[in-house]
Amino acid sequence: MSRVKTLQVLFRRYRRPGDIVFAWGMLVLSVILLAQLADQTAWRNGGKLFAQPRFWPAVSLGGMTVFAAFHLLGSALSERIEGRWQEVGLWLASLEYAGWFILYAIAVPFAGYLPATVLFAIALALRTGYRRARTLVIAGLCAVVIVVLFKTLLRVNLPAGLIYEHLPTGLRQIMLTYF
Amino acid sequence: MENLIAGLEMLARWDVMLALLVGSIGGVIIGAIPGVGPAVAIAILLPATFALDPIVGLTMLLGIYGSSMYGGAIPAVLINTPGTAVNALTSYDGYPMTQAGEAHRAVSLAYSASFWGGIFGILCLILLSPVLALIAPMFGSREIFLAALLGIILVILAHRGQIMAAGMLAMFGIFLQTVGLDAVTYTQRYTFGYSFLSSGVNLIVVVLGLFALSQAFFLLTAADTSPDARPVTGRMGTGIRELLRHKRVATVASGFGVILGMIPGTGEFTAQFMSYTYAQKTSKTPEAFGKGSPEGLIASEAANNAVPAAAMIPLLALGIPGEALTAMMLSVFYVHNVIPGPALFQNNIDLVYGLYFALIALNVIVMVFLLFSTNLLTRIIRVPTRFLGVMILLLSFVGVYSLRNSLTDCMIAAGFGVLGLILKRLNLPIVPIILGMVLGGIMEVKLRSALPRLKTPLDMIDRPIAAVLFGLIVLVLVLHLRTLIREWRTHEPDKDHDMHDSQMR
Repeated sequence: MSRVKTLQVLFRRYRRPGDIVFAWGMLVLSVILLAQLADQTAWRNGGKLFAQPRFWPAVSLGGMTVFAAFHLLGSALSERIEGRWQEVGLWLASLEYAGWFILYAIAVPFAGYLPATVLFAIALALRTGYRRARTLVIAGLCAVVIVVLFKTLLRVNLPAGLIYEHLPTGLRQIMLTYF
Repeated sequence: MENLIAGLEMLARWDVMLALLVGSIGGVIIGAIPGVGPAVAIAILLPATFALDPIVGLTMLLGIYGSSMYGGAIPAVLINTPGTAVNALTSYDGYPMTQAGEAHRAVSLAYSASFWGGIFGILCLILLSPVLALIAPMFGSREIFLAALLGIILVILAHRGQIMAAGMLAMFGIFLQTVGLDAVTYTQRYTFGYSFLSSGVNLIVVVLGLFALSQAFFLLTAADTSPDARPVTGRMGTGIRELLRHKRVATVASGFGVILGMIPGTGEFTAQFMSYTYAQKTSKTPEAFGKGSPEGLIASEAANNAVPAAAMIPLLALGIPGEALTAMMLSVFYVHNVIPGPALFQNNIDLVYGLYFALIALNVIVMVFLLFSTNLLTRIIRVPTRFLGVMILLLSFVGVYSLRNSLTDCMIAAGFGVLGLILKRLNLPIVPIILGMVLGGIMEVKLRSALPRLKTPLDMIDRPIAAVLFGLIVLVLVLHLRTLIREWRTHEPDKDHDMHDSQMR
C-alpha cells in the first residue's frame, strides 16, 4: 500500500479538471503519428543512422509516446477532480472564437482590411457581451488605430480588399495603398 | 574600442532611438496590463519587424523584453495580480505593503530593484564579452549540438512536478520542426501528401497561435473582469535610497538572475525563487517575508530583471535560445541573415555592442518614464479582460497573415491557439513546445554536420568543451535522479505550485 502511495506522490502534479482527457488525447495522437513512421518518412540505404531523415521523427515521436504514457499514468493515479466535462466544454467553446478568427481572415481580402477590422471589432465586442454604445465606439476606434499603425504607417504586407475596386478613382488609390 | 564606438554609432540614428523608445515604453504598458505579456506582444510584432533594419527591429523587441517586467510589478504590488508571470513573487511582499498603506514605497522599491538588476545584468554581459569572444569560436557543431541537448534536458527538468508533460510537449516541438521536406535528402516527412506541409510548420505561426491567439481565446472564454488599481501618492525617488540599504540582497539576487539567465531553460523563475530564499535565510527579519518585507521585494525584482541581458549570452554567442522570448528573437536574426553564434562575435561585434548599449538605454528610459507615469499606468490597466481578448485577436491576425498572406497559416495558428488555451487552462507549460522546435532544429542540423568527422561515438566528446558539456548533461541527470530517490525515501516531494512561466504571458 505504502509503495503505491509513494508512486502516487511521485507522479502527483498540480492539476486542473480535464487533465486526463488531454493526457489520453496526447497519447492517442502520439501513437497514431508513431504508427505512420514507416509510411511518412524515408530510409536511405547505406546512410548513417543519425543522418537518416527518419531519425529525428522517430526519436521525437518515441519520446513523446513514452512521456505521454507516463503523463497519463500520473493523471490516472491522481485523485479525480470534478468538472472534467465542463472543462472540455469550455475548450470546445473556444472553437467558436477560432472560427471568428478564420472568418475574419477570409473576409479581409474581400472586404478590405479597414472595413473588415472595424466590423469584426464591433461584432466581437457585441458577441462578448458589451452593449454600451461607448464601448462599441471605442472598439471601432481601436480597430482604426490598429489599421493605421500596421497598414498605413508600418506598411505591413496585407492584401488590398476587392471591394475597394468599386470606389471612385482618387479614393480607390488611397484605400488600396494605405487601408 | 573602435567596436564600442561603432556600436554607439549604430544607436545614434533616429529610427533606432524611436524603436527603442516605442519598445521600452510599450513594453512597460504591455507588462502592466494583466493578460498581455511580452510574449504576446513580441509574437504579434515579429512579422512587422521583418521589414525593418535588423538593429531597429531587434532594439524594439529587446525594449519590450527588457521593460515588461518593470511594468508587471505595478499590478503585482497594487492589486495582487502579477502583470507578467515572472512578477508573481513580487506580489508576495508588494501587496501586503500596499495593504499597509505603503503602495508608493513598494512600487518605487520595485522600480529601483529592477533598475539595479537590469544594469547589473548588462554590466556582466559587457564584462563577459571578451571571454565569450574567446570561447565562442571553440564551439563547433558537436559542442552546439550538446549545448542544445543540455538546453532541452534543462527545459524539461525545470518544470518540476510536470516533467512528464514538459517532456511530452518538448518532444512534440521537436517533432513539429521535422515536418516537411528534409533539407538534405529531399524526402517528405509527415506531410501526408499535403503541399502546404512541404515547407514545414512555421515557427512564427506556432508562436502566434500558442502565445497570442491562445491568450485571446483564454480571455474571451473566461468571465469579464476589470482590474481596479488605485492611484499611488508619494515621491517615487524614495525607493532608491531604501534600496541602497539593501545593496547586498540586490546584488546577490541580480547575480542569481545572471547565472540562471545564462542557463537555457531555467530563467527568471528559478532565479527569483533562489534569490528570495537566499534573502529570507540571510535576513535579520525572516519572519517578515511574505508580509511586506522590502528585502523580499528587492530579491524578486532584481533577480528577474537581471535575466534578459544574461539570456542574450547563449543567444548571441552560440545561437541557442534559453526561453520563448529569445527563441522568438532568434527568428528576427535569421530573417535578416544575421546568424547568432560564434561567427557573430568575429564578424558583427559592432551589432553586439549596439545591442548592449540599447539595453542600457532602455533601462534608463523606462526608469525615467516610470518615475513620472505610474498613475497613468494604473488607469491603463483597467481595460476589461474580454475587450483585451478582442484586441489581441485582431492584432494576432496582423502577425499571422502578414507573414505570407496565407489562410492556411491562419487556420494552423487558430489550431495552435486552441491547443495553447487547453495548456493554459490545465496549467501546463507552453515554452517546451517552442524550445523543442528551435533546439530540435539546431540539434538535427548540428548533429548531421558533425557526423563526417566522427569515427566512433566517443569522438563526439573528445574535445574539452564537448567533454565538459557532456559531463554537465550527465551531472544534471544524476542530480535529478538523486532528488527523485530522496523524495521517494522521505515521501515528501515538493509542494505543487500554481505558477508556470508560460501561464500569464
